[in-house]
Amino acid sequence: MQRKNSRVLIGVIIVVIAMAYFGFAGFQEGKAYYKTIAELNAMGDQAYGKRIKVAGIVADGSVQRRGEEVYFRLQQNDLVLACVYTGSAPVPDTFKDGAEAVCEGKVRGDRTFEAKKIQAKCASKYQSKYGSGAAAASPH
Amino acid sequence: MANFGNLALTLAFSVSLYAILALLFGWRTRRREIVKSGEHAVYASFFLVTLSIASLFYLFATSNFNVEYVAQYSNRDLPLYYKLAALWGGQKGSLLLWTWILVIFAAIVTYQNRGRRRDLVTVAEGIIAITLLFFLLLNNFIENPFSRLGVIHAGDAAPAPFVPDDGHGLNPLLQHPLMVIHPPILFIGYVGFVIPAAFAIAALITRELGNAWVSLTRRWALIAWGFLGVGIILGARWAYVELGWGGYWAWDPVENASFMPWLTGTAFLHSAIVQEKKNMLKAWNVVLILATYLLCIFGTFLTRSGVVSSVHAFAESESGPFFIGFIALAGVGVILLILSRLDYLKSESEFDSIVSREASFLFNNLVFLGACFAVFWGTVYPVFSQLLQGEKITIGPPFFNRIYVPLGLFILFLTGVAPLLAWRKTSFKSFSKNFIWPLALAVIVTVALVAAGVRGGAPLVAFFLAVFVTSTIMIEFVRGVAARMRAHAEPFAQALVRLVSKNKRRYGGYVVHFGIVLMFIGFAGAAFNRETSGEVAKGDSLSVGGYTFVCENIDEKDTPNYYFLEAKLSVTKGGKPVTVLYPEKRVYTASEQSTSEVAMRSTLREDIYAVFAGITEDTGKAVIQIYVNPLVSWLWLGGIVMGLGTIICILPDAASTRVSRGRKALDRLLAAADRK
Repeated sequence: MQRKNSRVLIGVIIVVIAMAYFGFAGFQEGKAYYKTIAELNAMGDQAYGKRIKVAGIVADGSVQRRGEEVYFRLQQNDLVLACVYTGSAPVPDTFKDGAEAVCEGKVRGDRTFEAKKIQAKCASKYQSKYGSGAAAASPH
Repeated sequence: MANFGNLALTLAFSVSLYAILALLFGWRTRRREIVKSGEHAVYASFFLVTLSIASLFYLFATSNFNVEYVAQYSNRDLPLYYKLAALWGGQKGSLLLWTWILVIFAAIVTYQNRGRRRDLVTVAEGIIAITLLFFLLLNNFIENPFSRLGVIHAGDAAPAPFVPDDGHGLNPLLQHPLMVIHPPILFIGYVGFVIPAAFAIAALITRELGNAWVSLTRRWALIAWGFLGVGIILGARWAYVELGWGGYWAWDPVENASFMPWLTGTAFLHSAIVQEKKNMLKAWNVVLILATYLLCIFGTFLTRSGVVSSVHAFAESESGPFFIGFIALAGVGVILLILSRLDYLKSESEFDSIVSREASFLFNNLVFLGACFAVFWGTVYPVFSQLLQGEKITIGPPFFNRIYVPLGLFILFLTGVAPLLAWRKTSFKSFSKNFIWPLALAVIVTVALVAAGVRGGAPLVAFFLAVFVTSTIMIEFVRGVAARMRAHAEPFAQALVRLVSKNKRRYGGYVVHFGIVLMFIGFAGAAFNRETSGEVAKGDSLSVGGYTFVCENIDEKDTPNYYFLEAKLSVTKGGKPVTVLYPEKRVYTASEQSTSEVAMRSTLREDIYAVFAGITEDTGKAVIQIYVNPLVSWLWLGGIVMGLGTIICILPDAASTRVSRGRKALDRLLAAADRK
């Protein structure tokens, strides 16, 4: 009886080790450093070669499509980061002026950020319009 | 109407608090009439929450923009069905929907078990009511959907009511027919798991740790699991046809949030069978269903908290700390409870062999839990890395794909092998008798595929296993039907129907497995995806995957709601016309939001998927993105088959109705004897 249970146990251990191995390998491939523009600037030369995600607000009027590349600037307070999107998927519909965007890619030699992937959340205009100052919500 | 809905919601909160106290106090003091009063309170909360959500629907239908939530998510021009569906377009309404589904289920559980004097049921109802109270707390005090807009003028004591001319409207990306059904279906899945989990907790508390709680909630678990699965697939379908990036699953945190309880729920459904048949894995089942329950709450939290960035996530809200608190309390509570009951959770038998049904179920559980852990890790790692290392590191799709390809193939393998293994121990002879034909067929098909030019390790293994599993399932059906035809002299169709209806769990399970096989064929197809993109003006063309796309025209059109650009693409293959696609780029006038409307031609062989990505600044040409995605339809087909299989599993069977009628009669006798 004991021997049979231990055979099952060995099977379990093999499966667990295999999963851990795939997990570790995948982790190295899939990890990306999530940075704000300020943190990215602070990284200096450390930024080259790493896969980085950077978040910011799409600067008004900065989005320009040239051929298959899309040029734009990300803003965070008074910091600005020049970006170019070269990914294969079309940019998401929510990506436009004032949207919160998260770009994943690498820093080029000229400090331009080359994004391969973009996620964007649309700016919630409404909440700032009614949610502040002039109007107040009451529960009753 | 807003006041009315709000009042009903407040009352529901107090009534459900009363329900908890009465149920648990009545159980402790063994006073039947108090338990009964608690059960009535459950019905009353159902009634009150229903009134509340009905009044919110009414506010949406009548576009009452004085109510802040209605103004945020609806507008006048929206068609009625979107106005109503806008109720779950945001945080507050979707939480109310959650509560409503839960209170419906609570009422059904109470009704189903009426007159059954059992501690297990009473305590389970109490646990459900506690969950209900938590959500009503959020609905009432944190995320109240009935808040009204008001303006404070200088000098006024109270704010004057404020009614905007029009609402902000429903996000154009949500204006899709699936908005009407996908969220409720997914929520039914989430909420449904509360019921079996509540019975598991009740079993721990009352020490009734036999199989009663498993059998009583088997259907609930299946229903929840079925809805959750179908909800996830509908979500994938929606992402595929709406978001325009050519894929259906992105390992986005919100997708992951719904996937995790599905994985642990799947593990539970399988290991529950082992408990019912062999009295093994008792503690394990309790752990699994409670993990599923906590993951459902966690998933609801994840979408709302703003902790993880996601395209789907709602805006950040104040409910986050409450969710964390509830999950932490419940988590610690159930762990302590399980530890204090370990003596009751001992297995009554052991594994006899690694080549047995029990052992295969164990591996099934291991893989599903490993899969769930991987998703959990990938989803929350950014949060933990920030807390522990001060550096936020995110994990992308390569991580998930690396793990899921081998795990998925292993699980597909088990799907084929496990149901044919005997309990306890399988002899080599019966093993080879069962598997020789499926193996041979799978080898032949795979060789044929390689000869036809199909390449790639993982997809070939997937096709190999798909044929193998399908033929093992077919053999099961054929054997069963043949046996009936011989034994009862029945014609084929009758034998098939009788076979399935007399063993619904078994054959329903096979149908679900077949659905999974179809879905894997769809997944494997992704290895052969091709895409291209380019700038086109009238007369230009693009080619990919053997197809040629000629841009015939680019049109600009206008509607009251939006204006749009439309490209006319004629598609040919080898000179023969295939179809004409019209991808659009819309800009909604109210919100200035643009959306791409995908144009698609879908066959079992492959989807041709065209997206109007935009217009280039310098040349003014249209940027068109084309995807050729083989076998995607098999995924949706598999989803439908899986849903049908689940329905077969939960259909009531004649024999068990008779048994339960007998059981009810017995309960009634016992209750009568008790009164004397």
